[in-house]
Amino acid sequence: MSAVETTEEPGGTAAVHTDKIAGVLMPTGARPRRAGPLSASLTYGWRALLKIKHVPEQLFDVTVFPIMMTVMFTYIFGGAIAGSVDGYVQWLIPGIFVQTLIMITMYTGLTLNRDISKGVFDRFRSLPTWRPAQLVGALLGDQVRYTLAGVIILTVGFVMGFRPDGGALGVLVAFALLLVFSFSLSWVWTVISLAVRTEQAAMGISMFILMPLTFASNIFVDPRTMPSWLEPAVDVNPVSVVVTSIRELMAGSFQAGSVATVLLYCVVLVALFGPISMFIYNRKS
Amino acid sequence: MGVPEIAIETSGLVKTFGSTRAVDGVDLTVRRGGIYGFLGPNGAGKTTVIRMLATLLRPDAGEAHVLGHDVLTEAKVIREKIALTGQFASLDEDLTGIENLIMLGRLLGLSSRAARSRGLDLLAAFGLSEAAEKQVKKYSGGMRRRLDIAGSLIVTPELMFLDEPTTGIDPRSRNQVWDIIRTLVSGGTTILLTTQYLEEADQLADRLAVIDHGTVIAEGTPGQLKAQVGSGALTVRVLDEADREDAARVLGEVIGADVHRESDPTALTVRVDQTARAAAALTALEAEDLGIETFSLGQPSLDEVFLTLTGSPADDSAQGTPDETKAGAR
Ligand SMILES: Nc1ncnc2c1ncn2[C@@H]1O[C@H](COP(=O)(O)OP(=O)(O)OP(=O)(O)O)[C@@H](O)[C@H]1O
Ligand SMILES: [Mg+2]
Repeated sequence: MSAVETTEEPGGTAAVHTDKIAGVLMPTGARPRRAGPLSASLTYGWRALLKIKHVPEQLFDVTVFPIMMTVMFTYIFGGAIAGSVDGYVQWLIPGIFVQTLIMITMYTGLTLNRDISKGVFDRFRSLPTWRPAQLVGALLGDQVRYTLAGVIILTVGFVMGFRPDGGALGVLVAFALLLVFSFSLSWVWTVISLAVRTEQAAMGISMFILMPLTFASNIFVDPRTMPSWLEPAVDVNPVSVVVTSIRELMAGSFQAGSVATVLLYCVVLVALFGPISMFIYNRKS
Repeated sequence: MGVPEIAIETSGLVKTFGSTRAVDGVDLTVRRGGIYGFLGPNGAGKTTVIRMLATLLRPDAGEAHVLGHDVLTEAKVIREKIALTGQFASLDEDLTGIENLIMLGRLLGLSSRAARSRGLDLLAAFGLSEAAEKQVKKYSGGMRRRLDIAGSLIVTPELMFLDEPTTGIDPRSRNQVWDIIRTLVSGGTTILLTTQYLEEADQLADRLAVIDHGTVIAEGTPGQLKAQVGSGALTVRVLDEADREDAARVLGEVIGADVHRESDPTALTVRVDQTARAAAALTALEAEDLGIETFSLGQPSLDEVFLTLTGSPADDSAQGTPDETKAGAR
């Protein structure tokens, strides 16, 4: 018996009283009104936050990685491309801001891939809630991670001399727009991570998509300096569109057209990849 | 009110994974009330059937109705009335006990405050109050099981699926889980329980189905099943290895059944239909001066059930049976 005593935590040794259990049962058939889609999504989002609270190590990628990206790219490219770090910072920080957040969205898919294979998802899927809430909630919870990463990048940028003309308001609006885009883009990684079997495969495919998107964009260099055949591709690249819009907002020049284009991309991403995610999710064994 | 009398009805249920026919034509009728047992070895297809009934997995063929609703077209209604306690703890390991229950309560539509107080009540009833603020990954196996069941009772389900609720927990925790299950049934919930232990099915279930290789190979009350299998087995360990053959002869004569020589060179097992026969056999061994170290009269094991029902021992995987054994069995 001593083995039992040591494995049972203090709370666990308390006897189970069946009369207490009988007393706590609700009559069958009595049930609260079913949770709405929003409340269910927020509950799953709350779960994601609790996981951050209990396992703070998982914030490594949204703290150390952004600092590294910002410092590294500013000093490496700053000298080589613009000749001086000071001038380049104004151009580069908004780009790095977008690039880093987009790269971090990829982890959403990877985490989901791991999470979904756990027993608790069987229970979630057997509950009478709006099913997409399980995915929407996870993505909402990730907004906290994106926000943290964004704040770190902008702080490091500020320390390195980034002074946006748009002021605090411009930066805030840009930040909000990027969060909306990140949420929308996350659905792409969600589809990939649901469709493939292993985390490694999801990582590989995601990288394969991300690398050209971020590097064949206007993040690091002005497309005017690129070969003429590449220029149009860079211009329609959604990442370039987002970066342009973020730069404008941070510089204090609000252009309704480019903001609208970004939002249109968001709608298309969610409308396309949201239902595909749900289709695969519902059929996953 | 027209409450259907039948909790679960399936016909020709099939699910394949690649080339594995995990469930291969299952026909079941489970009445409301009481405990229905699902007995089978590893890989028999128990979990797969439960996942289809709990609307987590779509059947490839066949039909299933749960509480009168079709699993394919009325999944939402079914989810309102069932609860699932999966084989591998359906809890979030990173969260604490109370956080898990609050989360489930919120998802079922309780307000934050109601979810917390419901969670605390359940933890108290399940003897887990002191572990409320502890992460589930730090719980022992027995505590985890109890929390898992508590999570299924935030709203009392009409039908509850319990997938191997006592596998891997110690005997005392197992007895606690049995008590909990019996309490639930007296509260009016129907329970479908899977197990690998005949003893558990015998203790709890009103009826049971024996499942193997994705098909039901026997169905009935535990009494009917045991009548087919024999009530139990007498295991004898002789003091001296050299006496084993003599002891085997005596046991065979008195009980009139085949004596099985265990891999332990002193042990013998023989199936007995009447306890009186076992007593007579022990007396006969004594009379012949064959020293006995220990003896036990136990329920037939799952292996013995399978030996009787299929002619081949229960194997550990659905694919692992050599074809000859199977051919010989049917
Ligand atoms: N998601 C899956 N993908 C592929 N094969 C699967 C999957 N789930 C189950 N199987 C296979 O289906 C068969 C039946 O599995 P199942 O889990 O239903 O058995 P079980 O009776 O619950 O066994 P256990 O007692 O080990 O839990 C096994 O051969 C298993 O390998
Ligand atoms: Mg199983």
